[in-house]
Amino acid sequence: MPDLSRLDPLKPILPWLLLALGLVAPFALSGYDLNLLARFMAMGILALGLVLIWGHGGILSLGQGVFFGLGGYAIALHMKLADLPSGEIPDFMVWSGRDGLPFWWTPFASPAFTIAAILIVPALVGALFSWAVFHRRVGGTYFALITQALALAFATLIISRQDVTGGFNGLTDFYSVFGFGLSSPGTGSGLYWVTLAVLCVAFVALRWLLSSRFGILLRAARDGENRVRFLGYSPTPFKVVAFAIAAMLAGVGGALFTLHAGVVSPALIGVVPSIEMVVWVAIGGRYSLAGAIVGALLVNLARDAVSSAFPELWLYLMGALFIFVVTLLPRGLAGLVKGKAA
Amino acid sequence: MDALFLNQLFNGASLASLYLLAALGLALSFGLMRVINMAHGEMLMLGGYLAWMTLLAVPGALGIILAIPVAFIGAAAMGGLIQSTLIRRLSARPLDTLLATWGVSLILQQGARDLFGAVGVEVRAPEWLTGNFVLAGVTLPSARLFIILIAALVLGGLALLLLKTRIGLLVRAVNQDRMMASASGIDVRRVDFTVFCLGSGVAGLAGVMLALLGPVTPNVGQSYIIPAFLVVVMGGLGSIVGTTASAIILGLFAALAQIFVDVSVAQMLLLVFVILFIQVRPQGVIAVKTRQLDA
Repeated sequence: MPDLSRLDPLKPILPWLLLALGLVAPFALSGYDLNLLARFMAMGILALGLVLIWGHGGILSLGQGVFFGLGGYAIALHMKLADLPSGEIPDFMVWSGRDGLPFWWTPFASPAFTIAAILIVPALVGALFSWAVFHRRVGGTYFALITQALALAFATLIISRQDVTGGFNGLTDFYSVFGFGLSSPGTGSGLYWVTLAVLCVAFVALRWLLSSRFGILLRAARDGENRVRFLGYSPTPFKVVAFAIAAMLAGVGGALFTLHAGVVSPALIGVVPSIEMVVWVAIGGRYSLAGAIVGALLVNLARDAVSSAFPELWLYLMGALFIFVVTLLPRGLAGLVKGKAA
Repeated sequence: MDALFLNQLFNGASLASLYLLAALGLALSFGLMRVINMAHGEMLMLGGYLAWMTLLAVPGALGIILAIPVAFIGAAAMGGLIQSTLIRRLSARPLDTLLATWGVSLILQQGARDLFGAVGVEVRAPEWLTGNFVLAGVTLPSARLFIILIAALVLGGLALLLLKTRIGLLVRAVNQDRMMASASGIDVRRVDFTVFCLGSGVAGLAGVMLALLGPVTPNVGQSYIIPAFLVVVMGGLGSIVGTTASAIILGLFAALAQIFVDVSVAQMLLLVFVILFIQVRPQGVIAVKTRQLDA
């Protein structure tokens, strides 16, 4: 591994550097590039959750796309309903021959319900799912495989319920959110600031959480689950809470991403994208919150650059990135900067 | 019992055979090395393409018989390559191995797409595999009967290998206590390598069977590998008996669920079933006794 210890002084200022870049970006970038950056920052929010569960909890989830999708679909349902004249149903439902809204769509007409759903539904699904697996002390590789099955089942379910989910094409063509027109330039930069703010809040909250007793016990359970049990703690609630928080962050990231991208579809949340989310964090550094944000930004920038020019090349490149990072850079880019492990 | 139920029962048996062939290799290497090979699905794909190429070179009944050893050896060689270049270096880090082999899987899938095209290729099965047997009002496609037969043969062969040969003795020794086996002079790394090749070979063989049922596509492995993972999770640590039992349970479950719900809901139910199952038996169908506390 190359010795980059002269970068040491960078480590404490990296988050500030990122924040400064984030604050300057709206004045330096075109509307299109700013939108792209905002999307990647939304993905960074999900990546922070992976640092919590994977880096510090030792829990590898290959199903984060499910929670990303729950948040994304929640906001998409709201925007679909907001654009509709009363009494009508979305066009794809008409095409699939439905004559009414499904009952679970209707509450999403309320903005308050939608925001609550974005926060609560992914966390609740994450908590119930992880509790069912962890309380029987199933973990490690088994957990990773079960989350992958979850991602497959979720994506298949959405594709097959074409008449109520938009199927393979997903939900798109949104015009306004909470009363703001999406096409007006002010909304774009407003959403950017919201995304930056959420990213900062998530970062600070997780940094606090990881340095608290909760974080210490989570790491202890990662390194020796049975020793934690012998000390009188049950690691299960810690892992379940961590997983629920990561799921909530993924849901919030998914909702913000959908706002910026203007679309949510199974192609963003299935098995392959779910694992790609892990590679953002692997590359940035699974133990480092700032590293995970950098990883999410870099991988998605690279993806955008490579796949628009050579779409076939991207899968080779991503495969090679997986192998390279895992074998040569297990601590990711953040590991190049030596510092205290945490 | 009505014909639909019996038909699905038979479909379940052939699905179980496919799950079993796909899961055996995973279960072997997981039991032995605690390593999950995410590129295992691509061994199925490789087997499928090798079968297709063999049948292009040698059409007819001889081709399909020839395709079986060709796919076995080809997939085993690819598995050996992956094990010796990548997995061996990551032996103590199961989750990292999982990610690295996922990278291999992406590269192999894209490679297949570039070599053979994104659209699937069709294997022309010989006539004796395209007909049907009709038994008590139930139609039994002979290709599916053939798959069940092959799965039974592979299982029997594997049992003989593990129980009656010297290689099997070494594998069982390493499986029971890796450190002790190593201390007794067993070349643990060679055993790992052999088991990995064997598991990949069996997956390649499963690929031939897939090719008899439908087109071989670059991501054909992906659709079988996730149920195969669930089989491994439910089966118990590296137990062949457990893997077989859970492959049969899940194969039958998936096929019978399809009587009542569509395929996508059946997939969801399969996952729910496995999660419920581990509430009752977290250690899997067959628990291998161990005195180890922290794996």
